[in-house]
This record gives sequence, structure tokens and C-alpha cells, in this order.
Amino acid sequence: MAGTSETPPLITVGAHGATGPTGGGHHGVPTNKRVKRLTGVDRIVVALMVAVPLLLTTIFVILPAIATVALSFTSWNGIGDFSRIKWIGLKNYTDVVTIYPAFWPAVWHNVIWLLVLFLVATPAGVFLAVLIDKGLRGSRFYQTALYMPVVLSLALIAFIWQLQFSQDYGFLNTVLQKVGLIDQPIDFFGNPSYNLWAALIATSWRHIGYIMLLYLAGLKGVDTSLREAAQVDGANEVQTFFRIVFPVMRPINVIVFVITVIESLRAFDLVWVINKGRNGLELLSALVTSNVVGEASRIGFGSALATMMLVISLVFIVIYLTTVLREEDR
Amino acid sequence: MTAVATRAAGTAAPVQRHKPPGPGRIAAYVLLVAVAVLWLFPTLWAVLQSFRDYHTGAWTVANYTNAWQQGDFTRHFLNSVLITGPAVILTLFLASMVAFVIARFSWRFNLVLLGLFTAANLLPPQALLIPLFRLSTRVPLPYWLSDSGKLYDSFWMLILVNTAFQTGFCTFVLSNYIKTLPRELYEAAMVDGASIWTQYWKITMPLCRPALAALATLEVTWIYNEFFWATVLMRTGDKFPITSSLNNLKGEFFTDQNLLSAGSVLVAVPVIVIFFLLQKHFVSGLTLGANKG
Repeated sequence: MAGTSETPPLITVGAHGATGPTGGGHHGVPTNKRVKRLTGVDRIVVALMVAVPLLLTTIFVILPAIATVALSFTSWNGIGDFSRIKWIGLKNYTDVVTIYPAFWPAVWHNVIWLLVLFLVATPAGVFLAVLIDKGLRGSRFYQTALYMPVVLSLALIAFIWQLQFSQDYGFLNTVLQKVGLIDQPIDFFGNPSYNLWAALIATSWRHIGYIMLLYLAGLKGVDTSLREAAQVDGANEVQTFFRIVFPVMRPINVIVFVITVIESLRAFDLVWVINKGRNGLELLSALVTSNVVGEASRIGFGSALATMMLVISLVFIVIYLTTVLREEDR
Repeated sequence: MTAVATRAAGTAAPVQRHKPPGPGRIAAYVLLVAVAVLWLFPTLWAVLQSFRDYHTGAWTVANYTNAWQQGDFTRHFLNSVLITGPAVILTLFLASMVAFVIARFSWRFNLVLLGLFTAANLLPPQALLIPLFRLSTRVPLPYWLSDSGKLYDSFWMLILVNTAFQTGFCTFVLSNYIKTLPRELYEAAMVDGASIWTQYWKITMPLCRPALAALATLEVTWIYNEFFWATVLMRTGDKFPITSSLNNLKGEFFTDQNLLSAGSVLVAVPVIVIFFLLQKHFVSGLTLGANKG
């Protein structure tokens, strides 16, 4: 979500189609009439009710996004007034791609991050949701255990997993040494051959619970008679899921997919707490941040990186919006 | 999506409840129990470690008192309250107004508006960092509002940024919710000559209580957990909210795993309490669109 490191779900399954007991009716009323009924004061009130939140979002989100793109074509040291901004075309981009050593590792790590979440964590969450949806005894307990990490911040999760992965006292090292798998303790968060995978385990711990929660809610919205009909027709559970339930869940599937992509792109807190995104944990988000705060601030250069993030995320935001708003529009 | 009929969560009667447990079912149980244990373990381990003495391994609560003092937890918890409280209230207030307008009137630009707010909510915050960082260091604030004299390094900036980012999600959920309220309410109100503000504040808001409660639970958790903006837009150590202050304490804490555990547990306590007390709100907030609250 958003200001936090979390991508919010906007599920609308079942919330439309005007099937609800109170849902129908308002589409039939002609729009113009209602607008005309507003008095002068009411019009001002309505305008303000939209304008104030819009202004805030414009100042803090939309204009900065545009400014990021604009700055990526300039060289500016961030000090001095705007007249000292020089337009340098695509130079920042070519620099990022050709001479910035951390760039390609970061892209690669973001891709691995996405692949692991998409191919392992998300399917695991979906699978667990399906299992829990069967209503086995104690499902409330499994459910609670699984989504408990969802309320924890990823920064805190880094600390909690540090206790497992640490070289000096980590639980994992103690166990691995006891059973004789390793001689020397491994610094799972520090060693660049391991730390990306260690971070991915920690992040999946939370991601799986999150996806499970969302998918479970979606499953509860699937009409039982669909499944019953499939079972009467002799479909087994696997067939029922893939042929009936999964296609019917299309909007949730799209949302879960986009959430996974955006979460992978936004991944930041965990690596920043571990080592500020260096030495095996480079991610685009961390590179942008270290180019702005900390060392010499390279505004144009950092903006080029940020613009790349922006463009990638916008592609998926558009997919997301067309899905949820199409639902909305019905 | 008409095939996805609405079904209340409570009526999820599984068809096969009375079947004798087959091998598949037993495997499912074993798997779920194993996963649940695996999932609880890291947190329980942190709790366990937090009660052990670093040198002797004896049981103690000293880690908590030490962590609290060394980490100045009183101050940082208070900072979190001062940032999270206003941000959540402001977010819900602004979002409910937009949501009301979107749901109450069917104007062409509603969809654009909703799309804009939602998109704003989904952008990676790092992509907006550079202009926002510069903006915050350039906007002056009087010293009685911010002792840095700037928007940068002040609670105001964090409250506004968090609010701007969270408004989209809340607008989306609330507009869906308000659309399910009976139209006749407003027709009747119009007949009585109720102003738009009355229709919003006196009629709509009280009916939105369940949705607002769910969103408040969710937003408190998210803004309390917010790490990135506080890390980059704050400088003075004393002013950090609790979640991002942990990182500043890392150096002091990392040498002592038990102190670190106690610190982590302390930071987790508020959200875990929220989770157990308000679990229903938390879950329904996330899935609110799905079953109309």
C-alpha cells in the first residue's frame, strides 16, 4: 500500500452488477436533472469536496511524477535556482545503462524478485487459499498464522529474519552446523551469493500470506453451485479449480498479478534495512534513493532511474485500472 | 463478471464436510499444520529470544527495559502516534468526500477521477522521491510549526505525503461502499431540502461506519508501518517514527541479538494487538469491495 511498502488490493468481485438488495436503481435517473437541482452553495461545496483532495494528490503525487520525467533529461545539482537546469537530452539514460555499475545488477535483481514472487510465492498463496477454503477443521488457525506477517512492516520483518539468518547467532546457522551441513556459519544477509535469496524468503513470508488473504476472499465470492455442478459432471477437484474456479476469478487473478509486479518493483524496505541495497542486494528503488539522499546527489541521473520505474509501473497500473474500473463501470 | 455471484462469507458451507477423511484430506491437514508452524516460528523465536540474557542465556525482562531506554521508545512511539493519527483522519475525511461525490453523482469524469486517485496510490514512492525531497527542503514553515523551519524533517510533510498516497485506496473502497446505499435516502433528503454537506456528513457518513472502521484499521497499520518516506524525509534522530527509528538503532542493537529481539517485539506489539482485536476489520478492509463490507 502505497505510502507504505504495500500494494493495496482493489477487489470488486461481486460488488457490482447491481445484484445487491440495495444496489440497483440509480443508473436510471438522468444525470443532468440532478446537477441542475444543486443550488449555488451546493455546487461550491461539491467542487471543494473534490478539489481539496485533488490538489493534495496533484502536489504530492502527480506533479512530482511529471517533474521526475522532466528532470531525467537535465543536469542539475539540486542547488541553485531552476535557471541553472541544463537540458542534456538522453545523456542520463545512456550513462545509467552504460557506465553505472550497479544498474544491471539492480535490474537483474528486480527481475529475480518478480520471478520468485510470481512463480513461487503467489502460486503458493493461491494454493493455500484453495486448501483453506475447503473448510478443513482448524482453518481459522492456519489462516491466522499465515496472514499474521501481513500486519508487520517489511522493515520489521528484516529484523525478525535477521534472528534466523545472522552469522553469529542466527537460528538457521545453529541448526545447519548442528546437523553438520556446514562447518562455518554463513552470513546470509551479508554474503552476496546468499543475501538476495535470504531477502526473498523473508519477503515471501509476508507475500504468501497477503495473496492467500486476497484469494480466499475471492474464493468466498464464487458461487457454490458452479462447483457443485462441475462435481456432478464428474470433474475432480483439480479440474474444478482450473476449469471453473480459476477462469471465474479472472478479475482477482489480474489484481493479484499486478500486485505481485508492483510489489516487486517497490521492494525497498527490506534491502534498505539489511544493507541499504548494496553488495548483492541492489534494487532500482534503492539505487534511486541512494542517488538522492546520502552521497553526492545526482538529480538528473537519479531521475532517469526513477523514470524507468515510473514507466514500468504505469504499464501495470493501466492494466490494473482497466480491470477494476471496467468492473466498476458495470 | 456476472458469473461471480455475491455470497456472504458466513454461508461458505463446504459440500464435502461429511466425507470420511481420505488420504488427500490427511495430506492437506499435514501440509497446513506444517505451514502454520513454519509461519509462526520466526515471530515466536523473536519473542523467545527477547526474554533471554545475551551473556548467560537466563530468563529476563531486562532486554525490554534496556531496549526501551536505549531506543528512546517513549519518544518514537509518540512520534508515530502524532503522524499516524492525523494522517489517518485526514485520509478518511478527504477520501470520503471524493467517494461521496463519485457515488452520488454519475458524472462523466468520475471514472477519470477514480483512476487518477487510484493510480497515484500505486506508483512506486521512490519514483517520486527526487521532486518531493527537493520540494520539502524548499518550502519554508514558521518555526512554531516546524523546528527545522522547513517542510523537510517535519511531521507535517510525513502526514501530507502519507495522506496523499493513501487517499486513492480509501476513495476506491468508500465509493464502492456508498454506491450500495439506497438511492431513496438522497431523494428523501432532497425533498427535505437537505444541503449536499448534510447529505454527506449527516446521512452518508454514519452509514459508512463499518467501512470507515475497516479502513481506519488498515490505514493505522499501514501508516504506522510506513518506512520509506520517514527514512528519506526526516533527518533529526529524535523525530523519527518508531518503524524507521529501528534502523537508526541497528548499530547499537545488532551486537546484542536479545536486545534486538526485544526492540522488534515492542515495535510489533501495536500492530499485533490491532491484528488480534480488529482482525475482522482488517480483513474486511482488504476485501471490502468483495462483499460490500
